[in-house]
Amino acid sequence: MKKTYKIDVDCANCANLMETEAKKTSGVRDAVVNFMTLKMKVEFDDGVDVSEVMQRVRENCKRVESDCEIFL
Amino acid sequence: MNVKQKKNLARILIAAACLIALNFIDLRGVGKFLLYLIPYLIVGGDIVLKAIHGLKNRRPLDESLLMTIATVGAFALAIHDDGDYNEAIAVMLFYQIGELFQSVAVGRSRKNISELMDIRPDYANVETNGGLEQVDPDDVEVGTVIVVQPGEKIPIDGVIVDGNSTLNTVALTGESLPREVSIGSEVVSGCINLNGVLKIRTTKEFGESTASKILELVEDASSRKSQSEDFIAKFARIYTPIVVGCAIILAIIPPLIVGNFETWLYRALIFLVISCPCALVISIPLSFFAGIGGASRDGILIKGSNFLETLSKVTTVVMDKTGTLTRGNFEVEAVHSKNLNFDAEKLLHLAAHVERYSTHPIANSLRKAYPNERDDCTVEAVEEIAGRGIRATVNGQIVCVGNEKFMDEVGAKWIACRKVGTVIHVAVDGEYAGHVVISDAIKPHSVEAVAEMKLAGVENIFMLTGDSEKIASKVANELGIKNYRSELLPADKVTEFEKILAAQKSGKVAFVGDGINDAPVLGRADVGIAMGALGSDAAIEAADVVLMDDDPLKISRAIKISRKCLSIVKQNIFFAIGVKVLCLILGAIGLANMWAAIFADVGVMIIAVLNAIRTLVAPK
Repeated sequence: MKKTYKIDVDCANCANLMETEAKKTSGVRDAVVNFMTLKMKVEFDDGVDVSEVMQRVRENCKRVESDCEIFL
Repeated sequence: MNVKQKKNLARILIAAACLIALNFIDLRGVGKFLLYLIPYLIVGGDIVLKAIHGLKNRRPLDESLLMTIATVGAFALAIHDDGDYNEAIAVMLFYQIGELFQSVAVGRSRKNISELMDIRPDYANVETNGGLEQVDPDDVEVGTVIVVQPGEKIPIDGVIVDGNSTLNTVALTGESLPREVSIGSEVVSGCINLNGVLKIRTTKEFGESTASKILELVEDASSRKSQSEDFIAKFARIYTPIVVGCAIILAIIPPLIVGNFETWLYRALIFLVISCPCALVISIPLSFFAGIGGASRDGILIKGSNFLETLSKVTTVVMDKTGTLTRGNFEVEAVHSKNLNFDAEKLLHLAAHVERYSTHPIANSLRKAYPNERDDCTVEAVEEIAGRGIRATVNGQIVCVGNEKFMDEVGAKWIACRKVGTVIHVAVDGEYAGHVVISDAIKPHSVEAVAEMKLAGVENIFMLTGDSEKIASKVANELGIKNYRSELLPADKVTEFEKILAAQKSGKVAFVGDGINDAPVLGRADVGIAMGALGSDAAIEAADVVLMDDDPLKISRAIKISRKCLSIVKQNIFFAIGVKVLCLILGAIGLANMWAAIFADVGVMIIAVLNAIRTLVAPK
């Protein structure tokens, strides 16, 4: 399953960091962050609780980049 | 500017004012240090915090950390001399100005492009018992009848069941001429309904509709990275560690040999300020993003930065004839009557009658050429003879319309035509009456399009067609195309194309087709361009570049846009790396001070971003 989320982040490099963090989160098969369009595309593993996974993705991203935001 | 940007601007202004004021006060010692710390913390406090945060999360060469080390180092040197704190604060101040500028510039282009692509419908009107109800277009099922009021966007693809109107398709195709639609017309989402109220039966889900597909395509385009972007990403990954490494060496080795520790530390700090590759990291993707956005305004959808890059290297364009250079529908070109009893008008009249019930493209073109066909003439006993033509009785006369073989069979003495095209002969009661020449008309811009492509730097232009040699050579001649291959079966087109690919020494090969039966060739090309793709999912799927309308002039336009974009990308790469390397060398030998480093960092970034934004303006 794939879903797209709006994000807010200031720099291109920070967006790359968010992508790396999102990919590392368990339950996420793949993630792509597009800095130009401020979108995060997440592909989930089968049968996971999407909102729970996204909470963790958000936490992980916030850890590396304190002033980023994912609009869930 | 958003709230965050305004806040940052305020901080920059306050810190700058504070710094200027302090320069007019004569201060010494600890008091001076503490007072100068105020503007530093106002403008750079968050960077220092971020640096600490980054350290905690083990992000080694974090931008904030580098800036913090550079400025703290400069402060330390200044304390030691009880000297000039301006440089340290200026580094932070200008770094923040650069960040603010970058954020505003990116925000602006983002907004510009989303306005260009303003085709996303927000709601759909569904008729209920209580009147019209606005619903989320995602919730509308296929087959629902939706109502589109004048001024509204069509949210979902469908067929008109009631009403007529004109549609503005400019956001989709770049074509400013409105399109007339009425009951039975297929309409695509993203068009704006200009006058009448339309009732539309949806034929697709919202997510599968044209507007959604196009938006998805454009938004995903910048995720497909070009070689230039990959290069910069790799470069950025090694550039910072190398420069930081040099800085460390510079701070340790020379002082051990020649002494003068402070001077070398200062030079090392200069290296740290220049070590940030941000000018490149932001300006290259921004150029591609703006280039793709600018092209989409012209109805040219480029599916990825990589394709934009390939397009800029195209030196050979291979084109399909039918549907690309010609309209793809047949038109009556000439009517030659050979019998005094039948003038041209009457000949066409009879031919159109006979073809009344046929669905063949030729019949369509005859009926189009004689629109008042349904008059009170009697048309009876219509008989279609495969491979020959059609025979019918019109007002009591037996009329035969068909090819030469048919004429021979009915005993009519036909006359060959000098014109190139498909010739339809007509015989009345066994006597030859004349013929109608039908051909596929060349599109109005085709001649210009070929000339423009040559001007844009395309060296070889090929035309492939399944049509006869005679027709192919005529079209090629009229368009000024020297190389063409005719009488090709669909499979032959792939083989021919591969021969062209193999013969190509440098540069890339583009193929342009209508995407209907040339998908294999589109796939084989370095860059496949599909034309007239509005509403054709297959074409959008198969191609790398999609021209929403069927104007061949857009081919050269797309090439020009890509060349402009790539030249800006190259300018930025050479300029940014050049200035940085120059400043590093000058800094190492002591000819550049901290201000030069600030220019190499922030100044270069601002210039590169401004240059990148130029890609938004498509070349004429």
